[in-house]
Amino acid sequence: MDKLFAITLDVGSSLANKTGTWRTYRPVYVDRLPPCNNQCPAGENIQAWLYLAEEGRYEDAWRKIMEENPFPAIMGRVCYHTCESACNRGALDEAVGINGVERFLGDQAIKHEWRIEPGSPTGRRVLVVGAGPAGLSCAYHLARLGHAVTVLEGADKAGGMVRYSIPKYRMPREKLNQEIKRIADMGVEIRLSSPVSDLAAEMKKGRYDAAFVAVGAQLGRHLPLPSSGGVAVLDAVQILRDLEHEEAVPLRGRVIVYGGGNTAFDVARSAVRLGALESLVVYRRTREKMPAHRSEIREALEEGVTLRCLSTITEVGTGAVTIERMELDAKGRSQPTGEREMIPATTVVLALGQDTDLGLLTGVPGLRVENGLVQVDRNLATGATGIWAGGDIVPADRNATVAIGHGKKAARQIDAWLRGEVLRRPAKPELASADMMNTWYYSDAPRAIRPILEAVRRTSGFAEVVGDYDEGTALYEARRCMSCGNCFECDNCYGVCPDNAVIKLGPGERFEFNYDYCKGCGVCISECPCGAIRRVPEAI
Amino acid sequence: METQIIKFYQTGSFAVGNRLLDESQRSVQANMRRSNSLNSGHRACQGCGEALGARYAIDAAMQATSNQLIAVNATGCLEVFSTPYPETSWQLPWIHSLFGNAAAVATGVAAAMRVKGRQDVRVIAQGGDGGTTDIGFGCLSGMFERNDDVLYICYDNEGYMNTGVQRSSATPPAARTSTTAAIGEEPGNGFGQGKFVPAIAMAHEIPYVATASVAYLRDLEAKVHRAMSLRGARYLHIFVPCPLGWGAASEDTIRLARLVVETGLFPLFEAEHGEVTGRYQIRHRVPVEEYLRLQKRYSHLLGKRPAVATIARIQAMAERNIRRYGLLGEEA
Ligand SMILES: Cc1cc2nc3c(=O)[nH]c(=O)nc-3n(C[C@H](O)[C@H](O)[C@H](O)COP(=O)(O)OP(=O)(O)OC[C@H]3O[C@@H](n4cnc5c(N)ncnc54)[C@H](O)[C@@H]3O)c2cc1C
Ligand SMILES: Cc1ncc(C[n+]2csc(CCOP(=O)(O)OP(=O)(O)O)c2C)c(N)n1
Ligand code: SF4
Ligand code: SF4
Ligand SMILES: [Mg+2]
Repeated sequence: MDKLFAITLDVGSSLANKTGTWRTYRPVYVDRLPPCNNQCPAGENIQAWLYLAEEGRYEDAWRKIMEENPFPAIMGRVCYHTCESACNRGALDEAVGINGVERFLGDQAIKHEWRIEPGSPTGRRVLVVGAGPAGLSCAYHLARLGHAVTVLEGADKAGGMVRYSIPKYRMPREKLNQEIKRIADMGVEIRLSSPVSDLAAEMKKGRYDAAFVAVGAQLGRHLPLPSSGGVAVLDAVQILRDLEHEEAVPLRGRVIVYGGGNTAFDVARSAVRLGALESLVVYRRTREKMPAHRSEIREALEEGVTLRCLSTITEVGTGAVTIERMELDAKGRSQPTGEREMIPATTVVLALGQDTDLGLLTGVPGLRVENGLVQVDRNLATGATGIWAGGDIVPADRNATVAIGHGKKAARQIDAWLRGEVLRRPAKPELASADMMNTWYYSDAPRAIRPILEAVRRTSGFAEVVGDYDEGTALYEARRCMSCGNCFECDNCYGVCPDNAVIKLGPGERFEFNYDYCKGCGVCISECPCGAIRRVPEAI
Repeated sequence: METQIIKFYQTGSFAVGNRLLDESQRSVQANMRRSNSLNSGHRACQGCGEALGARYAIDAAMQATSNQLIAVNATGCLEVFSTPYPETSWQLPWIHSLFGNAAAVATGVAAAMRVKGRQDVRVIAQGGDGGTTDIGFGCLSGMFERNDDVLYICYDNEGYMNTGVQRSSATPPAARTSTTAAIGEEPGNGFGQGKFVPAIAMAHEIPYVATASVAYLRDLEAKVHRAMSLRGARYLHIFVPCPLGWGAASEDTIRLARLVVETGLFPLFEAEHGEVTGRYQIRHRVPVEEYLRLQKRYSHLLGKRPAVATIARIQAMAERNIRRYGLLGEEA
């Protein structure tokens, strides 16, 4: 080629210069575990379904929830949503309203009648005892895996404590019924009014290959109180059960509820709604120590429930009870003071926790019961071959979300066992902690408030107290999610690389590093908003 | 009261892209088909802010001109790391002449285009702060006062980096360079010296003057677009951290470019015909220490016995900018 004067070489491209050789560290894309997912007792992949909801893909988002938890409309109401306490956004402004979005998605599914198909039949038969959240969750997951499931339930309706204990103003029954019906529609047989008294015999009779026991803790705990018999002493769980059956409950006059858990408040708040003159919660320790949820206490106080902490009931008289004042000792434990006082009372309700009735398990070889709880290994297997247990009858936190998580875990174990395999737990990815995030990039956005029914309207009936997010609010709330530890395709790495060493693969495909040119400066790692890039030393 | 529905997009316009936004509203850098005017394989240090700033600016200009663009480059890192003869990283017509004459060469290129009737071909001159505020300043002022149809971009890394981190008239007070050692009464570069060329450019009352930072991509791209929509002399001054010269970690480049703005030390604004027409308002205000701490060129100010009085003087500079350019909004 003819070259201009003083030019001896053709123009070359710097692409010949592979600057990747400079690197001592390399950036690597990872998916870290968001703290919300890590916290969820039902193992929901919250970040993943919020990601789908952010795009307005509500059905996809709902299906993502349904991979882990068949009850988003129930969870969106009664779950204690500890995920929100773990949410990284809490350190920025306020936690993402995960629970409200979950409820929105659950309600969308009911409205649009989205369904889940069962798996192709395996020919194996599994028995589930108890149609509470644990049993139904297990049945659902087994059905998705293609097993034939029969649920035997002693009561005349399914739902367990969620139906028979949680009042309607927190859990409207039509939503509960719809989510249970969806499971029945998958071919799960739920036999009501069919209590099991001998598990071994039942399994033999029905020729089941395996069983999951989740009969819950149905017996209200009692306390021997000296009583002259003038004031009725009732059991909280029994009262709530009667309420569900629409039987007349004697919550009139001056109602005193003894206990500080959620059950106590459910009764106290129901009493207000039934027109009691007074509804007083008496608790042995301080208000801070109350196991009931803060929102539960707050809403109860708004409705006119009164509290009396550091107090015990020592005697039940006629038209009155005797209360003793307690005080905290140096170790913070409450101790009696001997100071007593009579207060007027019509009814006393004991809400001191529940015990189990495990008669059906007597004589099952290898199965161990200790302190009224079925002993299980980390996979929820009992000592008896082919029998798993979960929910309120095993040693764990007692709430519906834990029970649902147990049902899922047991289903997956049973499935593996039926196939003669051992389920390998995938290694838990590293936690996406707050210090891995670069929160500069997120728009400032305070949390949306869920509408709350006015106190006056609450106390006059059993209408639902906490309202729904409308679509705009649900979308807004989903978009507040920072996608901790998981790429959300913000293009930052692609943009900030001074060496064009990030390859954008296109929508939904994320990115790749071009290690031929990446010098390992780490700018992409610093500027990734959600901590989805890890710095890995090169072997030099 | 009028209400307006504002859509909320998770990261708003702070991130480079945003899958929730319409494609037309995303940045040039988010585009899979961006021109990558400064291609891979260049020899800039790890995390070089200048290499990044140049790609941001030139890609935006390429998009604004449908790729009808010629760049003239002053001597400096940007030229040396991109074009070691015969290789080049530039993917557009690119001319290098001398350290101090980029503005004059660009004037000549613009004149040639005019003569050839190629008004569609636009011209950019670019250089470092040394090539702009010091040795090239006479040529630059001439280009401004003649109102030549050139956009001049200065990549300000606050020193002569290419030749070993010497002081320039854009080096900030107290910073250590190889010619302003951290010794004596007033260690590092002196106070009360240097110049802020954007203000001088405004004094020429040219059509457009703006400042930008590599941490504010959307703002930077918008300013390049505005500049390319106008004719005549235009000036863009981009703040580009230099990890090597400043003694900063390579991964902190964008963080530094953000902190310098959020402290108030570097004001982001634009001006037309000598009048300020827009300013960036500080989003998360931070004290200057947070910016200084990340750089070894200021290490003599911090450490066990911090130079409280000197830090206060630097803080006062930030306050002055905030006042002068209204960086905290009208009410502040
Ligand atoms: C008043 C109250 C309020 C609560 N509020 C909440 C809340 O807001 N959020 C939350 O997460 N948790 C709450 N909980 C706890 C939650 O309801 C339970 O932890 C959860 O229901 C336990 O699920 P499970 O499936 O193990 O048992 P259960 O829900 O008790 O279900 C067990 C089922 O087994 C049936 N059964 C029992 N014995 C037999 C038998 N021999 N044969 C056949 N069937 C049998 C029962 O009839 C029942 O339907 C509350 C509990 C109470 C008491
Ligand atoms: C007339 C002349 N004097 C000195 C030099 C040596 N020289 C080359 S680049 C440079 C410094 C460049 O500094 P700056 O313009 O700030 O660019 P940077 O390298 O910092 O990006 C110097 C002094 C030269 N090339 N020509
Ligand atoms: S911001 Fe999103 S991903 Fe992160 S913890 Fe909260 S809900 Fe989970
Ligand atoms: S010395 Fe500074 S400006 Fe030059 S290539 Fe290195 S980082 Fe970039
Ligand atoms: Mg320089």
